[in-house]
Amino acid sequence: MLPEAARSAPAITIAGVVVAIAAAGPLGYLIVRALDGGVAVALQHLWRDRTLELLLRSAGLTAAVTLVCIILGVLAAWLVVRSDLPGRRVFGVLFMLPLAIPSYVGGFTWISEWPGLAGFWGAFLVLTLVTYPYVYLPVAAALRASDPALEEVSRSLGKGSLRTFLLVSLRQVRPAALAGGLLVALYVLSDFGAVSLMRYDAFTLGIYTSYRASFDRTPAAVLGCVLVLLAVAITVGERRARGKAAAFGLTRVGSGAAREAMTVPLRRMRPIALLGSAALLLAALGVPVFSLLRWLTGASAAIDVPVLLSATWSTVEVSALGALLAVLFALPVGVLIARHPSRLSRGVELASYAGHALPGITAGLALVFLGSRVFPGLYQELPMLVFAYAVLFLPLAVAAVRNGIAAAPARLEEVSRSLGKGRFETRLRVTFPLASPGIAVGAALVFLTAAKELPATLMLRPTGTSTLATELWQATDVGAFGAAAPYAAVLIVVAAIPAVVLGNVFRKSSDAGSGGGR
Amino acid sequence: MTELIVTGLAAGYRDTPVLRELDLRVAAGELAAVLGPSGCGKTTLLRVLAGFHQASKGQVLLGGAAVVGDGMHVPPEQRRVGVVPQEGALFPHLSVGANVAFGLPRKRRGSGRVDEMLELVGLRGYAKRMPHELSGGQQQRVALARALAPEPQVVLLDEPFSALDAGLRAEVRADVRDALHATGATAVLVTHDQEEALGMADTVAVMRDGAIAQVGTAQQVYTEPADLAVALFVGEAVLFEVDAVDGVASSALGQLSLVTVDDAASGVGVAVARPEQLHLTAAPDDAAHAVVRDVVFHGHDATVMLAPLVATGALSDGGRLRARVQGHVPVRKGERVRIDVDGPVRFFPHATTERVAGTRSGAY
Repeated sequence: MLPEAARSAPAITIAGVVVAIAAAGPLGYLIVRALDGGVAVALQHLWRDRTLELLLRSAGLTAAVTLVCIILGVLAAWLVVRSDLPGRRVFGVLFMLPLAIPSYVGGFTWISEWPGLAGFWGAFLVLTLVTYPYVYLPVAAALRASDPALEEVSRSLGKGSLRTFLLVSLRQVRPAALAGGLLVALYVLSDFGAVSLMRYDAFTLGIYTSYRASFDRTPAAVLGCVLVLLAVAITVGERRARGKAAAFGLTRVGSGAAREAMTVPLRRMRPIALLGSAALLLAALGVPVFSLLRWLTGASAAIDVPVLLSATWSTVEVSALGALLAVLFALPVGVLIARHPSRLSRGVELASYAGHALPGITAGLALVFLGSRVFPGLYQELPMLVFAYAVLFLPLAVAAVRNGIAAAPARLEEVSRSLGKGRFETRLRVTFPLASPGIAVGAALVFLTAAKELPATLMLRPTGTSTLATELWQATDVGAFGAAAPYAAVLIVVAAIPAVVLGNVFRKSSDAGSGGGR
Repeated sequence: MTELIVTGLAAGYRDTPVLRELDLRVAAGELAAVLGPSGCGKTTLLRVLAGFHQASKGQVLLGGAAVVGDGMHVPPEQRRVGVVPQEGALFPHLSVGANVAFGLPRKRRGSGRVDEMLELVGLRGYAKRMPHELSGGQQQRVALARALAPEPQVVLLDEPFSALDAGLRAEVRADVRDALHATGATAVLVTHDQEEALGMADTVAVMRDGAIAQVGTAQQVYTEPADLAVALFVGEAVLFEVDAVDGVASSALGQLSLVTVDDAASGVGVAVARPEQLHLTAAPDDAAHAVVRDVVFHGHDATVMLAPLVATGALSDGGRLRARVQGHVPVRKGERVRIDVDGPVRFFPHATTERVAGTRSGAY
């Protein structure tokens, strides 16, 4: 059924195209800027040992963290969903909490306790501990939703629990694990906070140094383009791999009532599993919490209350504005995808995902160029930063809004039209109210992600304004750990509130999807 | 009070035509049922009438004004065509009152029109409830009140009772019919349920393969079906091989009179009787036509399956005959009976029936 697809709403199409241009614009301008001095100059910057060195360092870190995260995330999810691990419900909640810890807060707490960690291993450790939930969450959901009958059949055919896990369960969660792995890889590739605190010279730090060090910004632009290419390559690779995995997907077909999967007894492995889970939580949650508390109560903690309050307010303000703009951008895109499927709307959707492949540092860079050259009035003004957030986190908002709209029956819109309401009024009075849970989730996600954002904020923040993230980074940059701690603590609180709420929503919906929780 | 006229309407999805040259006329204030098997295009017809789907050809006139025609397509909100979808589709975020008031202009919302409409559908005092607090039948009534509130030119009902259980269905059906007649609204009901169409509508339009096969009163469609396919779709049918001469058909069961439209018919063909036309009496062996194989008792009536003892020329049910008797069942399983056909039957010459009879006989 394609209601009105033939003459798809012109106003919403125009709005969608405008958003697509706005979302892809910074990326486009970055490329233009990199080629500013001509292709030869750009290639000259590209073919330097430094580029290759940065590339290898970033690729190595990304590969190592992603691999370990997939192993940790799948194991943790399996233990929580399928094994008889004692206290698995509590573990289930605790395992996802590190999501609320920004990488630079994790980095700050570890480096302040063990300064010797600086370098590859420090960055690897911190990034692994803050990103494994990106694998854990989708895999746990996939395990809950998968058909236990397949595992039962495997057991009945004589395969032991380990072989069943390897042969059946792993195949069932492969798409989810790959999707989570993609998020981890993109996170690590674009991470600026942890690598700069650990002084690991990765691509993002290289770009920032190059941007700061010289008036000629072409090298930074060229490096930025390479980083974008890397991100795109990872995304495409994951799509391919997941497409194959989905073709062999073993998830349940139809919507029959879910049965409780059998619990696999851990037996002799039980103490080891328990110990391992506790150790993971100790490292991922215990160390940051302990370290923050120590610095906060320590002698060197001189809390500058007015600055802290003003930074908190700025953080809330810019993040809220960013969330608002991102949702406004996402509404026409979501309506187009969910209600008017066509080649054009798929193009708009693709452009709105540009932020996925756009690490914060390159988005910042692109907007700095745009601001200094094309819109001088906006350079280092609030709208520029808000726009950066909207572009960077538009994919989060679009996904949530699209799902919200798709969940609202199109028939209700038809009823409204038949009662004399035009397209626009129908959207305002029927579509958007029905999609409001999805829209709210989108806004909360963007808010929480924007509050933690560091590199783009650092480059684009209005002169004289600082956020919790920038204050924290500046304090740790000069080794003032005691001064940094209060910002980290407040930041975790600001980011944790929406994270916990969203986690609940996520768990409820995945429980409902699997036929009711326990 | 608006007349609905559809002429030469064609519509489809991408390369699949669904409606082919469809004509339909519904008089002002009339309740018409469009009856057809699933997949015949009746929902597409409704969507075109409402303006949700664009026609590729043809014309739709509402009260003399074209809403579809010559590439013109009036958007749904300007047509004043009310819709009662399957399962009601109430706005879940609005109260019953707000649902009914949805289509009213702002200044009329407080004018008592909402209460008036709720009263009409027998739900006075429900305005503050939320849709999820209502039963299925109540939701369906609210959906009707919502569609009627802005005084539409035409109301379209899309299988509105299919989600209700059998007991509730009859009751809601009667109430909806009364409410439609009370407002004098022109209405089109789309359904695959013949009982619903025959029992509710002033006019029944039988739809097949994207076009209207026959339009008439329920009585006409049942007793004088336009062709064999309509006869088989609307109600149960018993088919006989007969030889007709000047309005009288000779069959193994004796002489059958034909309905008025077949007065002059002659030739070899198929006679269509309804199961209730077969009159059964216990008979001695030499006068018996058939033996009773089974009696299925339904309460208000019973179905008797008969195996012929002589060549009856029966074409349906794999050569068996199906009779329906009211009240007392005069025969028992295993008994030999004589069959008399009461009243006139419809006749179709073989030339017009080959395809249908060939595919349908034995399909029951």
